[in-house]
Amino acid sequence: MGTTFQDRTMTVPEIHPEHKEYWDAAAEGKLLIKQCDSCGEYHYYPRVLCPYCMNDKTTWKEAKGTGRIYTYSVMRRGVPYAIAFVTLDEGPRMMTNIVDCDLDKIHINQVVKVVFKQSGDQDNPGPFIPCFTPMSDE
Amino acid sequence: MSIKGMAYIAGAFEHPTRKAPDKSVAVLHAECAKGALEDAGLNVSDVDGYFCAGDAPGGVLSMVDYLGLNVRHVDGTDTGGSSYIAQVSHAAQAIAAGKCNVALITMAGRPRSEGRSGVKQKMTVANVPDTPFELPFGPTAVNEYAMAAMRHMHEYGTTSEQLAWVKVAASHHAQYNPNAMLRDVVTVEDVLTSTMIADPLHKLDCCVVSDGGGALVVVRPEIAKNLKRPLVRVMGAGEAPKGLSGGKVDLTYSGAIWSGQKAFEEAGVTPQDIKYASIYDSFTITVLMQLEDLGFCKKGEGGKFVADGNLISGVGKLPINTDGGGLNNNHPASRGGIVKVIEAVRQLRGEANPQVQVKNCDIALAHGTGGGLASRHGSATLIMERV
Repeated sequence: MGTTFQDRTMTVPEIHPEHKEYWDAAAEGKLLIKQCDSCGEYHYYPRVLCPYCMNDKTTWKEAKGTGRIYTYSVMRRGVPYAIAFVTLDEGPRMMTNIVDCDLDKIHINQVVKVVFKQSGDQDNPGPFIPCFTPMSDE
Repeated sequence: MSIKGMAYIAGAFEHPTRKAPDKSVAVLHAECAKGALEDAGLNVSDVDGYFCAGDAPGGVLSMVDYLGLNVRHVDGTDTGGSSYIAQVSHAAQAIAAGKCNVALITMAGRPRSEGRSGVKQKMTVANVPDTPFELPFGPTAVNEYAMAAMRHMHEYGTTSEQLAWVKVAASHHAQYNPNAMLRDVVTVEDVLTSTMIADPLHKLDCCVVSDGGGALVVVRPEIAKNLKRPLVRVMGAGEAPKGLSGGKVDLTYSGAIWSGQKAFEEAGVTPQDIKYASIYDSFTITVLMQLEDLGFCKKGEGGKFVADGNLISGVGKLPINTDGGGLNNNHPASRGGIVKVIEAVRQLRGEANPQVQVKNCDIALAHGTGGGLASRHGSATLIMERV
Protein backbone atom coordinates (compact mmCIF):
# COMPACT_ATOMS: atom_id res chain seq x y z
CA MET A 1 0.00 0.00 0.00
CA GLY A 2 1.62 3.24 1.12
CA THR A 3 1.08 6.67 -0.35
CA THR A 4 2.97 7.02 -3.62
CA PHE A 5 4.55 10.36 -4.43
CA GLN A 6 2.82 12.16 -7.30
CA ASP A 7 4.09 15.22 -9.12
CA ARG A 8 2.04 18.34 -8.37
CA THR A 9 2.20 21.91 -9.63
CA MET A 10 4.54 23.87 -7.40
CA THR A 11 3.92 27.62 -7.04
CA VAL A 12 6.32 29.65 -9.16
CA PRO A 13 8.45 31.72 -6.78
CA GLU A 14 8.86 35.45 -7.17
CA ILE A 15 12.48 36.06 -8.25
CA HIS A 16 14.19 38.82 -6.29
CA PRO A 17 17.23 40.42 -7.96
CA GLU A 18 19.71 39.25 -5.32
CA HIS A 19 18.79 35.59 -5.89
CA LYS A 20 19.64 35.26 -9.62
CA GLU A 21 22.72 33.15 -8.91
CA TYR A 22 20.71 30.86 -6.64
CA TRP A 23 18.06 30.11 -9.27
CA ASP A 24 20.64 29.80 -12.08
CA ALA A 25 22.52 27.21 -10.00
CA ALA A 26 19.28 25.37 -9.20
CA ALA A 27 18.67 24.94 -12.95
CA GLU A 28 22.04 23.13 -13.04
CA GLY A 29 21.15 20.92 -10.08
CA LYS A 30 23.19 22.82 -7.51
CA LEU A 31 21.93 24.05 -4.12
CA LEU A 32 23.53 27.33 -3.03
CA ILE A 33 23.55 28.64 0.52
CA LYS A 34 25.13 31.77 1.93
CA GLN A 35 28.11 32.10 4.27
CA CYS A 36 29.02 35.30 6.10
CA ASP A 37 32.51 36.64 5.35
CA SER A 38 32.72 38.09 8.86
CA CYS A 39 31.18 35.67 11.38
CA GLY A 40 31.53 32.58 9.17
CA GLU A 41 27.98 31.35 9.82
CA TYR A 42 25.98 29.67 7.07
CA HIS A 43 22.39 30.82 6.72
CA TYR A 44 19.24 29.99 4.75
CA TYR A 45 17.15 31.35 3.04
CA PRO A 46 19.89 33.46 1.43
CA ARG A 47 20.24 37.15 2.33
CA VAL A 48 22.60 39.87 1.14
CA LEU A 49 23.22 40.95 4.74
CA CYS A 50 24.06 38.26 7.31
CA PRO A 51 21.05 37.63 9.63
CA TYR A 52 23.42 36.94 12.53
CA CYS A 53 25.72 39.99 12.44
CA MET A 54 24.30 42.26 9.68
CA ASN A 55 27.65 42.23 7.89
CA ASP A 56 27.05 43.16 4.24
CA LYS A 57 29.57 40.73 2.76
CA THR A 58 28.19 37.23 2.30
CA THR A 59 29.34 34.59 -0.19
CA TRP A 60 27.47 31.90 -2.13
CA LYS A 61 28.62 28.34 -1.31
CA GLU A 62 27.50 25.14 -2.95
CA ALA A 63 25.94 22.86 -0.33
CA LYS A 64 26.78 19.14 -0.37
CA GLY A 65 23.08 18.57 -0.93
CA THR A 66 22.67 15.98 1.79
CA GLY A 67 21.02 16.17 5.19
CA ARG A 68 18.47 14.69 7.57
CA ILE A 69 14.75 15.26 8.02
CA TYR A 70 14.13 17.53 11.07
CA THR A 71 10.33 17.33 10.83
CA TYR A 72 7.66 16.75 8.19
CA SER A 73 3.93 16.44 7.57
CA VAL A 74 2.08 14.63 4.81
CA MET A 75 -0.79 16.78 3.54
CA ARG A 76 -3.75 14.42 2.92
CA ARG A 77 -6.12 16.86 1.17
CA GLY A 78 -6.00 16.71 -2.66
CA VAL A 79 -2.79 15.36 -4.22
CA PRO A 80 -0.82 14.21 -1.16
CA TYR A 81 2.58 15.80 -0.59
CA ALA A 82 5.15 15.90 2.18
CA ILE A 83 6.31 19.27 3.47
CA ALA A 84 9.41 19.14 5.66
CA PHE A 85 12.35 20.91 7.22
CA VAL A 86 15.69 19.29 6.37
CA THR A 87 18.88 19.92 8.34
CA LEU A 88 21.66 20.36 5.78
CA ASP A 89 25.06 18.85 6.56
CA GLU A 90 26.36 22.46 6.66
CA GLY A 91 23.92 23.26 9.52
CA PRO A 92 20.99 25.37 8.30
CA ARG A 93 17.48 23.90 8.25
CA MET A 94 15.37 24.63 5.17
CA MET A 95 11.74 24.15 4.21
CA THR A 96 11.33 21.63 1.38
CA ASN A 97 9.27 18.74 0.03
CA ILE A 98 10.20 15.08 0.38
CA VAL A 99 9.66 13.51 -3.06
CA ASP A 100 10.02 10.36 -5.19
CA CYS A 101 9.25 7.93 -2.37
CA ASP A 102 6.48 6.24 -0.36
CA LEU A 103 5.19 9.18 1.67
CA ASP A 104 4.06 6.85 4.47
CA LYS A 105 7.65 5.73 5.15
CA ILE A 106 9.09 9.20 5.73
CA HIS A 107 10.49 9.68 9.22
CA ILE A 108 12.43 12.16 11.34
CA ASN A 109 16.25 11.80 11.06
CA GLN A 110 15.97 10.03 7.70
CA VAL A 111 19.01 10.75 5.47
CA VAL A 112 18.03 12.60 2.32
CA LYS A 113 19.66 14.18 -0.75
CA VAL A 114 18.61 17.11 -2.89
CA VAL A 115 16.72 16.65 -6.18
CA PHE A 116 15.30 19.51 -8.22
CA LYS A 117 11.72 19.74 -9.50
CA GLN A 118 10.53 22.42 -11.89
CA SER A 119 7.88 24.78 -10.55
CA GLY A 120 4.86 25.92 -12.56
CA ASP A 121 3.41 23.96 -15.47
CA GLN A 122 3.78 23.60 -19.27
CA ASP A 123 2.12 26.95 -19.94
CA ASN A 124 4.04 28.78 -17.25
CA PRO A 125 7.29 26.93 -16.41
CA GLY A 126 9.16 28.33 -13.40
CA PRO A 127 12.52 27.88 -11.71
CA PHE A 128 13.79 24.53 -10.41
CA ILE A 129 13.08 24.01 -6.72
CA PRO A 130 15.28 22.09 -4.24
CA CYS A 131 13.37 19.06 -2.93
CA PHE A 132 14.83 16.07 -1.09
CA THR A 133 14.49 12.31 -1.50
CA PRO A 134 15.42 9.55 0.96
CA MET A 135 18.81 7.87 0.35
CA SER A 136 17.42 4.70 1.97
CA ASP A 137 14.46 3.59 4.11
CA GLU A 138 16.64 3.97 7.24
CA MET B 1 7.22 52.72 32.63
CA SER B 2 4.90 49.84 33.43
CA ILE B 3 1.32 49.48 32.22
CA LYS B 4 0.30 47.75 35.46
CA GLY B 5 -2.93 49.35 36.64
CA MET B 6 -2.75 52.10 34.01
CA ALA B 7 -5.79 50.93 32.02
CA TYR B 8 -9.02 48.96 32.37
CA ILE B 9 -10.96 46.87 29.88
CA ALA B 10 -14.37 48.52 30.12
CA GLY B 11 -16.12 47.04 27.09
CA ALA B 12 -16.01 43.63 25.42
CA PHE B 13 -18.24 42.30 22.67
CA GLU B 14 -18.18 39.13 20.60
CA HIS B 15 -20.36 39.23 17.49
CA PRO B 16 -22.96 36.44 17.75
CA THR B 17 -22.80 35.53 14.05
CA ARG B 18 -20.76 32.59 12.81
CA LYS B 19 -21.86 32.97 9.18
CA ALA B 20 -22.47 36.33 7.57
CA PRO B 21 -22.98 35.98 3.82
CA ASP B 22 -25.12 39.13 3.73
CA LYS B 23 -22.73 41.52 5.47
CA SER B 24 -19.44 43.09 4.42
CA VAL B 25 -16.39 42.92 6.70
CA ALA B 26 -16.71 46.67 7.36
CA VAL B 27 -20.28 46.21 8.64
CA LEU B 28 -19.11 43.48 11.02
CA HIS B 29 -16.39 45.83 12.35
CA ALA B 30 -18.98 48.55 12.92
CA GLU B 31 -21.42 46.20 14.68
CA CYS B 32 -18.62 44.99 16.95
CA ALA B 33 -17.60 48.58 17.75
CA LYS B 34 -21.20 49.45 18.65
CA GLY B 35 -21.55 46.32 20.78
CA ALA B 36 -18.39 46.98 22.81
CA LEU B 37 -19.20 50.66 23.38
CA GLU B 38 -22.73 49.78 24.55
CA ASP B 39 -21.26 47.11 26.84
CA ALA B 40 -18.99 49.75 28.39
CA GLY B 41 -21.73 52.40 28.57
CA LEU B 42 -19.75 54.81 26.41
CA ASN B 43 -20.57 56.76 23.22
CA VAL B 44 -18.68 56.74 19.96
CA SER B 45 -17.86 60.42 20.63
CA ASP B 46 -15.88 59.30 23.70
CA VAL B 47 -13.43 57.28 21.56
CA ASP B 48 -10.12 59.07 21.00
CA GLY B 49 -7.90 56.11 20.12
CA TYR B 50 -8.48 53.42 17.47
CA PHE B 51 -6.71 50.10 16.94
CA CYS B 52 -7.11 47.49 14.21
CA ALA B 53 -5.01 44.90 12.34
CA GLY B 54 -4.74 43.24 8.94
CA ASP B 55 -8.36 42.04 8.89
CA ALA B 56 -9.64 45.64 8.84
CA PRO B 57 -10.45 46.58 5.25
CA GLY B 58 -8.43 49.63 4.25
CA GLY B 59 -6.59 49.68 7.57
CA VAL B 60 -6.86 52.42 10.18
CA LEU B 61 -7.53 55.20 7.66
CA SER B 62 -10.54 53.59 6.00
CA MET B 63 -11.92 52.29 9.28
CA VAL B 64 -11.61 55.57 11.21
CA ASP B 65 -13.40 57.30 8.33
CA TYR B 66 -16.03 54.54 7.96
CA LEU B 67 -16.83 54.34 11.68
CA GLY B 68 -17.05 58.13 11.97
CA LEU B 69 -14.38 58.37 14.65
CA ASN B 70 -12.62 61.51 15.80
CA VAL B 71 -9.38 60.15 17.24
CA ARG B 72 -5.94 61.48 18.14
CA HIS B 73 -4.14 58.13 18.33
CA VAL B 74 -4.16 55.14 15.93
CA ASP B 75 -2.28 51.83 15.86
CA GLY B 76 -2.36 49.23 13.06
CA THR B 77 0.01 46.67 14.57
CA ASP B 78 -0.41 43.32 12.85
CA THR B 79 0.98 40.13 14.35
CA GLY B 80 -1.71 37.86 12.89
CA GLY B 81 -4.21 36.32 15.30
CA SER B 82 -2.37 37.64 18.35
CA SER B 83 -2.65 41.29 17.20
CA TYR B 84 -5.58 42.21 19.45
CA ILE B 85 -3.95 40.85 22.60
CA ALA B 86 -0.89 42.99 21.82
CA GLN B 87 -3.15 45.95 21.07
CA VAL B 88 -4.67 45.89 24.57
CA SER B 89 -1.12 46.41 25.81
CA HIS B 90 -0.50 49.13 23.22
CA ALA B 91 -3.74 50.84 24.23
CA ALA B 92 -2.66 50.76 27.87
CA GLN B 93 0.72 52.23 26.89
CA ALA B 94 -0.98 55.00 24.91
CA ILE B 95 -3.32 55.78 27.81
CA ALA B 96 -0.42 55.80 30.28
CA ALA B 97 1.48 58.20 27.99
CA GLY B 98 -1.51 60.54 27.72
CA LYS B 99 -2.06 59.85 24.03
CA CYS B 100 -5.71 58.78 24.44
CA ASN B 101 -8.37 58.10 27.09
CA VAL B 102 -10.78 55.68 25.42
CA ALA B 103 -9.24 53.15 23.00
CA LEU B 104 -11.42 51.10 20.68
CA ILE B 105 -10.07 47.84 19.20
CA THR B 106 -12.08 46.11 16.47
CA MET B 107 -11.62 42.95 14.42
CA ALA B 108 -13.88 41.04 12.03
CA GLY B 109 -13.84 38.83 8.98
CA ARG B 110 -15.80 36.28 7.01
CA PRO B 111 -13.52 33.47 5.87
CA ARG B 112 -16.44 31.00 6.04
CA SER B 113 -18.58 32.95 3.56
CA GLU B 114 -15.54 33.65 1.39
CA GLY B 115 -14.47 30.00 1.28
CA ARG B 116 -11.06 30.43 2.91
CA SER B 117 -9.54 27.78 5.15
CA GLY B 118 -6.31 26.58 6.68
CA VAL B 119 -5.88 23.73 4.18
CA LYS B 120 -5.50 26.10 1.24
CA GLN B 121 -2.03 27.00 0.05
CA LYS B 122 -0.80 30.47 0.85
CA MET B 123 -0.74 33.04 -1.93
CA THR B 124 2.23 35.06 -3.15
CA VAL B 125 2.46 38.52 -1.63
CA ALA B 126 4.86 40.72 -3.60
CA ASN B 127 8.30 41.44 -2.14
CA VAL B 128 8.00 39.32 1.01
CA PRO B 129 11.56 37.99 1.40
CA ASP B 130 10.81 34.48 2.66
CA THR B 131 8.04 33.39 0.30
CA PRO B 132 10.20 32.42 -2.73
CA PHE B 133 11.85 29.82 -0.51
CA GLU B 134 8.62 28.50 1.01
CA LEU B 135 5.56 28.81 -1.24
CA PRO B 136 6.67 26.18 -3.80
CA PHE B 137 6.51 23.58 -1.00
CA GLY B 138 2.81 24.10 -0.30
CA PRO B 139 2.84 25.52 3.23
CA THR B 140 -0.64 25.88 4.73
CA ALA B 141 -1.75 26.81 8.24
CA VAL B 142 -2.42 23.18 9.10
CA ASN B 143 0.74 21.54 7.77
CA GLU B 144 2.98 24.17 9.34
CA TYR B 145 1.44 23.54 12.76
CA ALA B 146 1.55 19.80 12.02
CA MET B 147 5.32 19.95 11.55
CA ALA B 148 5.67 21.47 15.03
CA ALA B 149 3.43 18.72 16.43
CA MET B 150 5.47 16.01 14.68
CA ARG B 151 8.73 17.28 16.16
CA HIS B 152 7.15 17.68 19.61
CA MET B 153 6.02 14.06 19.46
CA HIS B 154 9.52 12.98 18.41
CA GLU B 155 11.35 14.89 21.15
CA TYR B 156 8.93 14.50 24.06
CA GLY B 157 6.78 11.47 23.29
CA THR B 158 3.61 13.57 23.02
CA THR B 159 0.72 11.46 21.66
CA SER B 160 -2.32 12.05 19.47
CA GLU B 161 -4.49 10.95 22.43
CA GLN B 162 -3.03 13.76 24.55
CA LEU B 163 -3.62 16.33 21.80
CA ALA B 164 -7.20 15.07 21.49
CA TRP B 165 -7.88 15.99 25.13
CA VAL B 166 -7.54 19.68 24.18
CA LYS B 167 -10.45 19.26 21.76
CA VAL B 168 -12.45 17.22 24.25
CA ALA B 169 -12.16 20.04 26.81
CA ALA B 170 -13.20 22.65 24.22
CA SER B 171 -16.27 20.62 23.29
CA HIS B 172 -17.29 20.22 26.94
CA HIS B 173 -17.26 24.02 27.30
CA ALA B 174 -18.93 24.74 23.95
CA GLN B 175 -22.03 22.69 24.80
CA TYR B 176 -23.07 25.51 27.16
CA ASN B 177 -22.43 28.33 24.64
CA PRO B 178 -25.54 28.93 22.51
CA ASN B 179 -23.47 30.89 19.97
CA ALA B 180 -20.75 28.24 19.55
CA MET B 181 -20.36 26.92 16.02
CA LEU B 182 -19.89 23.31 17.22
CA ARG B 183 -21.76 22.27 20.38
CA ASP B 184 -21.51 18.47 20.35
CA VAL B 185 -19.36 16.91 23.07
CA VAL B 186 -16.66 14.70 21.53
CA THR B 187 -14.41 11.95 22.90
CA VAL B 188 -10.72 11.22 22.39
CA GLU B 189 -11.83 8.39 20.10
CA ASP B 190 -13.89 10.81 17.99
CA VAL B 191 -10.81 12.98 17.45
CA LEU B 192 -8.54 10.06 16.57
CA THR B 193 -11.00 8.61 14.08
CA SER B 194 -11.72 11.93 12.35
CA THR B 195 -10.13 12.47 8.92
CA MET B 196 -6.36 12.94 8.86
CA ILE B 197 -5.68 16.37 7.36
CA ALA B 198 -1.91 16.75 7.74
CA ASP B 199 -0.03 14.15 9.79
CA PRO B 200 -0.38 14.08 12.79
CA LEU B 201 -3.33 16.53 12.90
CA HIS B 202 -6.86 15.21 12.35
CA LYS B 203 -9.86 17.27 11.35
CA LEU B 204 -10.92 17.57 15.00
CA ASP B 205 -7.44 18.87 15.94
CA CYS B 206 -8.24 21.96 13.83
CA CYS B 207 -10.23 25.07 14.74
CA VAL B 208 -13.46 26.10 13.09
CA VAL B 209 -13.58 28.49 10.12
CA SER B 210 -16.11 31.12 11.17
CA ASP B 211 -17.34 34.57 10.21
CA GLY B 212 -17.71 37.16 12.92
CA GLY B 213 -15.58 39.43 15.02
CA GLY B 214 -15.21 41.26 18.27
CA ALA B 215 -14.27 44.55 19.87
CA LEU B 216 -12.76 45.84 23.09
CA VAL B 217 -12.78 49.21 24.81
CA VAL B 218 -9.74 50.05 26.94
CA VAL B 219 -9.97 53.14 29.13
CA ARG B 220 -8.14 55.32 31.67
CA PRO B 221 -8.74 54.22 35.33
CA GLU B 222 -10.75 57.33 36.26
CA ILE B 223 -13.15 56.65 33.39
CA ALA B 224 -13.56 52.96 34.23
CA LYS B 225 -14.45 53.80 37.82
CA ASN B 226 -17.31 56.04 36.66
CA LEU B 227 -18.88 53.30 34.53
CA LYS B 228 -21.36 50.70 35.76
CA ARG B 229 -19.46 47.58 34.63
CA PRO B 230 -17.30 45.33 36.86
CA LEU B 231 -13.69 46.55 36.88
CA VAL B 232 -11.12 44.56 34.87
CA ARG B 233 -7.64 45.99 35.24
CA VAL B 234 -4.62 45.37 33.01
CA MET B 235 -1.79 43.91 35.12
CA GLY B 236 0.95 43.05 32.64
CA ALA B 237 1.73 42.17 29.08
CA GLY B 238 4.47 40.82 26.87
CA GLU B 239 5.11 40.46 23.15
CA ALA B 240 7.64 38.40 21.24
CA PRO B 241 8.08 37.66 17.57
CA LYS B 242 9.97 34.48 16.73
CA GLY B 243 11.20 33.35 13.33
CA LEU B 244 13.18 30.71 11.51
CA SER B 245 16.44 32.34 12.69
CA GLY B 246 18.34 32.25 9.42
CA GLY B 247 18.10 28.46 9.36
CA LYS B 248 18.67 27.74 13.08
CA VAL B 249 15.09 26.44 13.05
CA ASP B 250 13.68 25.09 16.34
CA LEU B 251 9.99 24.15 16.16
CA THR B 252 9.75 22.83 19.72
CA TYR B 253 8.97 26.15 21.41
CA SER B 254 7.09 29.39 20.74
CA GLY B 255 7.65 33.05 21.56
CA ALA B 256 5.46 32.48 24.63
CA ILE B 257 8.63 31.68 26.56
CA TRP B 258 9.53 35.38 26.22
CA SER B 259 6.13 37.12 26.07
CA GLY B 260 4.83 35.07 29.03
CA GLN B 261 7.83 35.79 31.20
CA LYS B 262 7.59 39.54 30.53
CA ALA B 263 3.85 39.56 31.29
CA PHE B 264 4.23 37.61 34.55
CA GLU B 265 7.10 39.89 35.64
CA GLU B 266 5.12 43.03 34.95
CA ALA B 267 2.00 41.67 36.64
CA GLY B 268 3.97 40.39 39.63
CA VAL B 269 2.23 37.02 39.57
CA THR B 270 3.12 33.43 38.58
CA PRO B 271 1.28 30.78 36.56
CA GLN B 272 0.00 29.34 39.86
CA ASP B 273 -1.96 32.56 40.44
CA ILE B 274 -3.92 32.27 37.18
CA LYS B 275 -7.50 31.08 37.81
CA TYR B 276 -8.55 31.06 34.16
CA ALA B 277 -6.55 31.16 30.91
CA SER B 278 -7.58 31.87 27.32
CA ILE B 279 -4.98 30.02 25.24
CA TYR B 280 -4.96 30.43 21.47
CA ASP B 281 -6.29 27.20 19.99
CA SER B 282 -5.94 27.31 16.22
CA PHE B 283 -4.96 23.64 16.60
CA THR B 284 -4.67 21.32 19.57
CA ILE B 285 -0.85 21.44 19.44
CA THR B 286 -1.00 25.24 19.74
CA VAL B 287 -2.51 24.95 23.23
CA LEU B 288 -0.17 22.22 24.41
CA MET B 289 3.01 24.02 23.38
CA GLN B 290 1.92 27.42 24.70
CA LEU B 291 0.97 25.99 28.11
CA GLU B 292 4.53 24.64 28.38
CA ASP B 293 6.11 27.87 27.17
CA LEU B 294 4.03 30.02 29.53
CA GLY B 295 5.24 27.90 32.45
CA PHE B 296 2.00 26.12 33.40
CA CYS B 297 4.01 22.88 33.19
CA LYS B 298 7.58 21.86 32.36
CA LYS B 299 8.77 21.72 28.75
CA GLY B 300 7.84 18.37 27.26
CA GLU B 301 5.15 17.66 29.87
CA GLY B 302 2.34 19.46 28.05
CA GLY B 303 0.89 16.15 26.90
CA LYS B 304 0.41 14.92 30.47
CA PHE B 305 -0.85 18.34 31.56
CA VAL B 306 -3.68 18.59 29.04
CA ALA B 307 -4.87 14.97 29.41
CA ASP B 308 -7.69 13.53 31.49
CA GLY B 309 -9.85 16.64 31.57
CA ASN B 310 -7.32 18.91 33.27
CA LEU B 311 -8.42 21.86 31.10
CA ILE B 312 -12.17 21.41 31.77
CA SER B 313 -13.80 24.01 34.03
CA GLY B 314 -14.91 22.46 37.33
CA VAL B 315 -12.94 19.27 36.62
CA GLY B 316 -9.29 20.11 35.99
CA LYS B 317 -6.65 22.35 37.50
CA LEU B 318 -6.53 24.94 34.72
CA PRO B 319 -9.81 25.82 32.99
CA ILE B 320 -9.10 27.27 29.56
CA ASN B 321 -11.23 28.61 26.69
CA THR B 322 -14.53 28.22 28.51
CA ASP B 323 -16.43 29.64 25.53
CA GLY B 324 -15.36 26.60 23.49
CA GLY B 325 -12.38 28.42 22.01
CA GLY B 326 -11.36 28.47 18.39
CA LEU B 327 -11.76 24.69 18.26
CA ASN B 328 -15.53 24.85 18.90
CA ASN B 329 -16.85 28.36 19.37
CA ASN B 330 -15.36 30.94 17.04
CA HIS B 331 -12.21 31.82 15.09
CA PRO B 332 -13.38 34.94 13.24
CA ALA B 333 -11.25 36.02 10.27
CA SER B 334 -9.00 33.05 11.16
CA ARG B 335 -7.63 35.36 13.88
CA GLY B 336 -8.83 34.37 17.30
CA GLY B 337 -6.95 36.72 19.62
CA ILE B 338 -9.76 39.13 20.40
CA VAL B 339 -12.13 36.33 21.46
CA LYS B 340 -9.42 35.19 23.87
CA VAL B 341 -9.48 38.54 25.68
CA ILE B 342 -13.30 38.72 25.57
CA GLU B 343 -13.79 35.36 27.34
CA ALA B 344 -11.16 36.28 29.95
CA VAL B 345 -13.09 39.51 30.62
CA ARG B 346 -16.34 37.51 30.94
CA GLN B 347 -14.69 35.20 33.47
CA LEU B 348 -13.29 38.08 35.53
CA ARG B 349 -16.69 39.82 35.53
CA GLY B 350 -18.45 36.59 36.52
CA GLU B 351 -20.39 36.70 33.24
CA ALA B 352 -19.24 33.44 31.65
CA ASN B 353 -21.85 30.77 30.95
CA PRO B 354 -22.88 29.58 34.46
CA GLN B 355 -21.85 25.95 33.87
CA VAL B 356 -18.26 26.99 33.07
CA GLN B 357 -17.85 30.09 35.28
CA VAL B 358 -14.67 29.73 37.35
CA LYS B 359 -15.29 30.43 41.05
CA ASN B 360 -13.48 33.42 42.54
CA CYS B 361 -11.91 34.22 39.20
CA ASP B 362 -9.73 37.18 40.18
CA ILE B 363 -6.72 36.81 37.86
CA ALA B 364 -6.87 35.67 34.23
CA LEU B 365 -4.47 35.37 31.32
CA ALA B 366 -5.03 35.64 27.57
CA HIS B 367 -2.33 34.43 25.22
CA GLY B 368 -2.12 34.34 21.45
CA THR B 369 0.07 33.06 18.66
CA GLY B 370 -0.26 34.80 15.31
CA GLY B 371 1.16 33.37 12.11
CA GLY B 372 2.87 29.98 12.36
CA LEU B 373 3.52 27.98 15.51
CA ALA B 374 7.15 27.98 16.64
CA SER B 375 8.09 29.06 13.09
CA ARG B 376 7.46 32.67 12.00
CA HIS B 377 4.95 34.07 14.47
CA GLY B 378 4.07 36.73 17.00
CA SER B 379 3.33 35.78 20.61
CA ALA B 380 1.36 38.09 22.87
CA THR B 381 0.44 37.57 26.53
CA LEU B 382 -1.91 39.67 28.65
CA ILE B 383 -2.67 39.32 32.37
CA MET B 384 -5.77 40.95 33.87
CA GLU B 385 -7.35 41.15 37.32
CA ARG B 386 -10.79 41.82 38.74
CA VAL B 387 -10.70 44.76 41.12
